[in-house]
Amino acid sequence: MATTTTAMKSAGPVSGSRSFLAKLRNGDEIARLVTLIFATTVVLITAGLVWELWVNSALPRQKFGFSFFVTSVWDPIMDQFGALPFIYGTMVTSAVALVIAVPLGIGAAIFLAELAPPRVSDILQFFIDLLAAVPSVIYGLLGVFIVVPLMRTVIYPALNKPFGYLPIFKGPSYGVGFMTAGIVLAIMVIPYIISVSREVLLSVPRDQREAALALGSTRWESTWKVVVPFAKTGIMGSIFLALARALGETMAVTMVIGNTPKIAASLFAPGYSIAAVIANEFTEATGDLYLQSLIALGLVLFLLTFILNGLARLLIVVTTQKGSEVGG
Amino acid sequence: MTNGRLRWRKFVSNFMLAMTGVCAFVSVLVLFFILGYLLFNGGTSINWDFFTKLPKPVGETGGGMSNAIVGSGKILLLASLIGVPIGFLGGIYLAEFSGKGMASVVRYAADLLNGVPSIVIGIFAYSLVVLPFKHFSAYAGAFALGMMMIPITLRSTEEFLKSVPRMLREGAMALGASKWKTIATVIVPAAYRGIMTAILLALARVAGETAPLLFTAFGNRFESHGWSQPTATLPVMIYTYAVSPYDDWHRQAWAAGLVLLGLVLIINILARTILSRGIAVPRS
Repeated sequence: MATTTTAMKSAGPVSGSRSFLAKLRNGDEIARLVTLIFATTVVLITAGLVWELWVNSALPRQKFGFSFFVTSVWDPIMDQFGALPFIYGTMVTSAVALVIAVPLGIGAAIFLAELAPPRVSDILQFFIDLLAAVPSVIYGLLGVFIVVPLMRTVIYPALNKPFGYLPIFKGPSYGVGFMTAGIVLAIMVIPYIISVSREVLLSVPRDQREAALALGSTRWESTWKVVVPFAKTGIMGSIFLALARALGETMAVTMVIGNTPKIAASLFAPGYSIAAVIANEFTEATGDLYLQSLIALGLVLFLLTFILNGLARLLIVVTTQKGSEVGG
Repeated sequence: MTNGRLRWRKFVSNFMLAMTGVCAFVSVLVLFFILGYLLFNGGTSINWDFFTKLPKPVGETGGGMSNAIVGSGKILLLASLIGVPIGFLGGIYLAEFSGKGMASVVRYAADLLNGVPSIVIGIFAYSLVVLPFKHFSAYAGAFALGMMMIPITLRSTEEFLKSVPRMLREGAMALGASKWKTIATVIVPAAYRGIMTAILLALARVAGETAPLLFTAFGNRFESHGWSQPTATLPVMIYTYAVSPYDDWHRQAWAAGLVLLGLVLIINILARTILSRGIAVPRS
């Protein structure tokens, strides 16, 4: 008993009422300050990024104002810059990508989370992770040499002959275009949808499934009518995440979209995207207005992905928390 | 009637479940298709010259990409020197020293930075490093890639440090070690495999990045000496060669693609299987 009190007494002053100087001599305060500096650097970098984008896009903001977003003329010689064709191209290619990737990705995620035995699921997830690690320029390379010819010889005839009367499938195909870029993007974002959706589906509590099965539903009914609705918000989150990736993707799109600043209804027509025009024209932009217009496009891209990523994170967090609450 | 309905429901169930299997199968198949295609095309076009020779002038066949391989190595090294310390030490702050307010600001900033499209990072590096010095350089490229490594290293360092069991921490403290000593000699060593995995994965990710290098490191058809010259890198070379009209350049693009993909996948597989084996630490 007596020994405990003495131990307490000697421990008291060391951890409690140390002076700042003593802490400093111990090194704790120095370590805290050093790491604080590095942590602050991260904040400064992010703030600096936003600041640079904003400041360096002042010229087009003053000259064009809001009309920058609704003008479709992109003419460096006449100093006329409108972002509409690029915004359109980015939207269309991302939409095509999601139309293909969402059903495939969610289907695969359901298989991994609900059907496959845990070990098989883990192995397949490993491959999916590797797929997500493939550099985008490799997707571009395969896009140029596989998807573009495939587009000309197989996909275009298959869609144009029966559905050619629809405006989106009208007109000739050069191989490159919105559709080609969309297909390549779809392949690129599928791994993201699968990984996140799988996580979310796995976080759905077991009782939900068992309750549905006990009520006599088939395995698919319990999955589709109980588990998936439960995980709905999280799956939406994975889709937003994929969308943010697709919007910002540069290389693969640049290599197969055709790089033509035109707005066309046909998915087979060549187009342009925000990221692609920055990649192609940044180094050859002569004149401040030209360069700053490109940076303004970068700012648009930044804001779009910023909003989508924020929404995605929110949705995913909400769902996984719901799972742990109900599951207790 | 009820029997028929039940049979229909069972059929739908089996059919849809089979379809999900097909989805998973197709997705994984894409990976093997990519691998196979690159192995075939790259394997037939790769040779020793690719690793040892400089690019030949336009029109001449042959030559290699030795400058791009060296350039990629240089830029990745410098990028790690920028990205890893900031991410690692920042992560230690988040896990060990921070109060609530500052930590959430740092975390938010890191998540934001992580979501920024790589081409926008390129613009940032351009306006911060290329413009003031008035030329493209290895510095600028490394700066851009380093920025991309920071958030990944930061968040995973934090996560792995936090998952170190409390007992270890308390044990060190009970022996009278100061806080930073506990961190340096007990907590970081306990978490280092996880952190190394994350750093390697971050490195593999930026190794394949092309967009932020286009107008920072730019490219070079010759050996670039020092750090302040335009520097060739493998991803940018693949891009330039793939969109060029020359057959021999296409051949070399495939070879470079094989080398790059091989590098990225090998780092990934090593990091995910060997290094991270047995990492799962008991929680609580």
